[in-house]
Amino acid sequence: MFRARSIQSSLSLKDKILSIDYVLVISIFILGLLSILAMYSTDGGEFKYHTNSHILRFFVFFGMFFVVSFIQIRFWHSQSYLIYILFFILLLGVKYFGLTSSGSKRWLDLYFMNLQPSELMKIGLILFLAKYYHRVSIENINQIRYLFLPVVVLISPIILVATQPDLGTSLLIAAGGITVAWLAGVRVKFFAISGFAFLALLPIAISFLKPYQKSRILTFLNPERDPLGAGYQIIQSKIAIGSGGLFGKGFLQGSQSYLDYLPEKHTDFIFTLFSEEFGFFGSLFILLLYALIVWRIVKIGNVTRSNFGKLYCYSFATAFFIYVVVNMMMVLGLLPIVGSPLPIMSYGGSSMMAIMLGLGIAMSCKIYKDTPVN
Amino acid sequence: MLNPSSGNTVIKSKLIGRRMFLLSAAKAVVMVGIIGRLVTLQINERSKYKTLSDKNRFREWKLAPERGVIKDFFDKEIASNEQVYQVHLIPENSKDIEKLFVRLKTILNLTDNRLVYLKRVIAKQKPWEPIIVSDNITWSEFSRLNLFLHELEGVKPVVSVARMYPDNSSAHILGYVSQASVKDLETKKYLKDLHVPGMSVGKTGLERKLDEKIIGKIGFQRYEVNAFGKRVKQIQINEGQAGESYKTTLDFEVQKYTNELLKDKAAAVCVMDVYNGDIVSMVSSPGFEPNEFVHGLDKKYWNDLIKNELRPLTNKTISGLYPPGSTIKTLVALSALENGVIKPLDTFRCKGKIELYGEKFHCWEKDGHGIVNLRKGIQRSCDVYFYEVARKLGVDRLSETAKKFGLGKKVLNGFIEERAGVVPNTKWKKKFIGQNWYLGETLHSGIGQGYFQSTPLQLCLMTAQIANGGFEIKPRIIFDEKNNRLRDYIKYKNENPNDPLPTDLLLSNFELKPLFKNQEHINLIKDAMFSSSNEPGGTSYRHRWENKKFTFAGKTGSSQIKRFTEAQREAEVKQESLPYKDRDHALFVAFAPYNNPQYAISVLVEHGGSGGKAAAPIAKKVIKKVLERHELRKKINSLIGESV
Repeated sequence: MFRARSIQSSLSLKDKILSIDYVLVISIFILGLLSILAMYSTDGGEFKYHTNSHILRFFVFFGMFFVVSFIQIRFWHSQSYLIYILFFILLLGVKYFGLTSSGSKRWLDLYFMNLQPSELMKIGLILFLAKYYHRVSIENINQIRYLFLPVVVLISPIILVATQPDLGTSLLIAAGGITVAWLAGVRVKFFAISGFAFLALLPIAISFLKPYQKSRILTFLNPERDPLGAGYQIIQSKIAIGSGGLFGKGFLQGSQSYLDYLPEKHTDFIFTLFSEEFGFFGSLFILLLYALIVWRIVKIGNVTRSNFGKLYCYSFATAFFIYVVVNMMMVLGLLPIVGSPLPIMSYGGSSMMAIMLGLGIAMSCKIYKDTPVN
Repeated sequence: MLNPSSGNTVIKSKLIGRRMFLLSAAKAVVMVGIIGRLVTLQINERSKYKTLSDKNRFREWKLAPERGVIKDFFDKEIASNEQVYQVHLIPENSKDIEKLFVRLKTILNLTDNRLVYLKRVIAKQKPWEPIIVSDNITWSEFSRLNLFLHELEGVKPVVSVARMYPDNSSAHILGYVSQASVKDLETKKYLKDLHVPGMSVGKTGLERKLDEKIIGKIGFQRYEVNAFGKRVKQIQINEGQAGESYKTTLDFEVQKYTNELLKDKAAAVCVMDVYNGDIVSMVSSPGFEPNEFVHGLDKKYWNDLIKNELRPLTNKTISGLYPPGSTIKTLVALSALENGVIKPLDTFRCKGKIELYGEKFHCWEKDGHGIVNLRKGIQRSCDVYFYEVARKLGVDRLSETAKKFGLGKKVLNGFIEERAGVVPNTKWKKKFIGQNWYLGETLHSGIGQGYFQSTPLQLCLMTAQIANGGFEIKPRIIFDEKNNRLRDYIKYKNENPNDPLPTDLLLSNFELKPLFKNQEHINLIKDAMFSSSNEPGGTSYRHRWENKKFTFAGKTGSSQIKRFTEAQREAEVKQESLPYKDRDHALFVAFAPYNNPQYAISVLVEHGGSGGKAAAPIAKKVIKKVLERHELRKKINSLIGESV
């Protein structure tokens, strides 16, 4: 089926390659290289497990990005619901066959890799809702019965992920979904109402939180509350970043990281490590790359003809932006430690896969910008 | 619914665009927020976080410096260092400290008290700071510990150096070292950045006086440690600096000899070079074992020391205060001569006592000395003669002379244990006792009793300044190449007997400060002291040296503890039959050789009875010993340019 549609496309391979957004591709590639540098530093300046496997993943999924890009946007549109359902089934699978690590069940053992379906769901939900709101006419968008389905597809995976438990990822999934709904024109009123409902339900939700999650929130409010316990991560991360100064301590010279003061330096705190070694200007450069990526995706949204493409690109760009800033604000001590990877930079196959899939679909919107989706 | 019109699609895409614009604006705001945060952390507060990061990164272990050694005049170490075996423990390296202590207790025979103490120390300090479990274990304990080391995580066997005194004869003047107390750390500024667990500080004597210099500079090892406290690499090592070593003027051989002589007595001996003030010997008895203090004092030993009535911890040479007794008569006579109150040949009749101001004043010779002049007064130590002289002289003029010769003030620098003593006069009594001076008290002062209080060192200095012809010298214990020019002056005088230069000018040329108006008076006193020691009837005649090489001139003294009652006096009670505590202190001061004075000596024997019997024999032996070593000493003095 996929092959048949591809042939139907009127674009030659040369056209496709020419219409790729090279600024976006180069930004992603540079970011990937920087992430390899950072990973190399976390391994203490050697090519060890984390570095090697990160390099492999980056290039494999970077390749996948091109494959996804060259697939017709019409395909992604038509298969959106199916993709969502597939990811949802994987999430359900986690619930029953998942691997448990440090108290939470997030992974599926696929023999060649441990897949974290909640990461994929970040893209799946955006795809689903983009298609849904593409199809709903503008008059009906704010009718209650048309709100029913989005709420269900939004809430279901969130609950599944939150009970893994993985509060951070569930909130990030929700952020992507809500963005689509809002961009599609759902009235502010509905967000306000559900916001109030959320606040009303918050005490009940808190009672379901695990003690470590409660402690993280309290610690965020006052990191010095328990400097050697839950506040340790925030304090050490701030020390690492702050001590980096303007130019950083130099590549492989981040004392906070190689002396193991920095927790989870491969994953959530990779920006901290980078910032310690390359300082304010290094951090600014990373921020610039991310901003460039976000801007290019938004630009694709501007030029793509279909509302599906626009909704997808805008929402993905926003979600991508949120992933980045949530992670950064977390390591900068502006948000509680909720456990969210930094796109592309952080170690983690599922996150890399999800982000590359998301970027690929956005690039597909660019290549097939004039192709109607239905 | 599924096939929206194209107009609819355009409206929708415009709506989407509008909302996206709002979102983009929000993103820009968040971006600015993040950059702002980076600016705050990495630019504004970077020094704060840099410090915090370094604090994480580095840990320092301080190394105790090696204490400087103290040597005697002949470069023999009298306070040296020895290798000791120690057991250190770094609490954070031990997984189960309780279990570790149980093991250590059996291996090292630690007491329960010690364990309680160690746990208290651990609770107070940082987990990576080492504590000293034992600071001086035997070789066999040390090897046993090394055998079990693999199961004693956190324990570190250390070979270190510690203070060692080869002999206890100089215990008082050297003082002792011991672990710094809380009070030491609070009061001594130089210890502030210096303190290392297990470092010894000087508590008394020279060890304390020289502590700041002798203690050395602390070393440190700075390591980079990881988050689990493990040392990753050595960043910096500073060996510190061993403390300065000091050479003293003491003669170790004389110290040992004198200490042996004073064994079992409560006594003190000072010997001084009369020209440059070098203290050759300074021994107080009974002594104590200074090595006991270095590695934590045994409680029983400490209790024995502080309960001992002979006060072994007191350096009697500088902290013991005794009435100078008859030794002061030299100064009374000198003062009277200088003030023109008497002439050398003026006589008084001693009938054994005189009555003045309604009080009886006794001479020690019950039957009296008959007709007495100055020479005989000193030779026989006639009290009545000096009552008369003192009465004429008055206490204020006497005190002036006494102070000039070094009584009533501290004469050695920097010893906290040194005491000043008292030279009484009318003003002093008014100020400190609040009463007017009684004339009777002048008479008591004239024979060195009453309010007079002096240390054996002061008496030695007094004698030395008489012996050298009446010039001021400053006692010193630290070897100093800069010499008093008194010897040069004497040499010059001997070589140019007919020098026309006026004495005043000559003295100022040699930067000397004379303590006399007429040097002839000093010679009279010296001659009288000679007769006291070397002519029949002299109070120390029995203990003279016939050999000219050792001949000394001295003055005995007994300082009364308790006044004799009339009844005791009638019964002619002997000192020996009194209870120990009531017996007089025996004193003797002398200088030798008489013809060419080199050294002055003072001897005190607490409750020894009379100076002639108890103190003079000791002085006699010490003088011989010192003079036998004079040639050796002279050699070193001439090396540094002192003319002899």
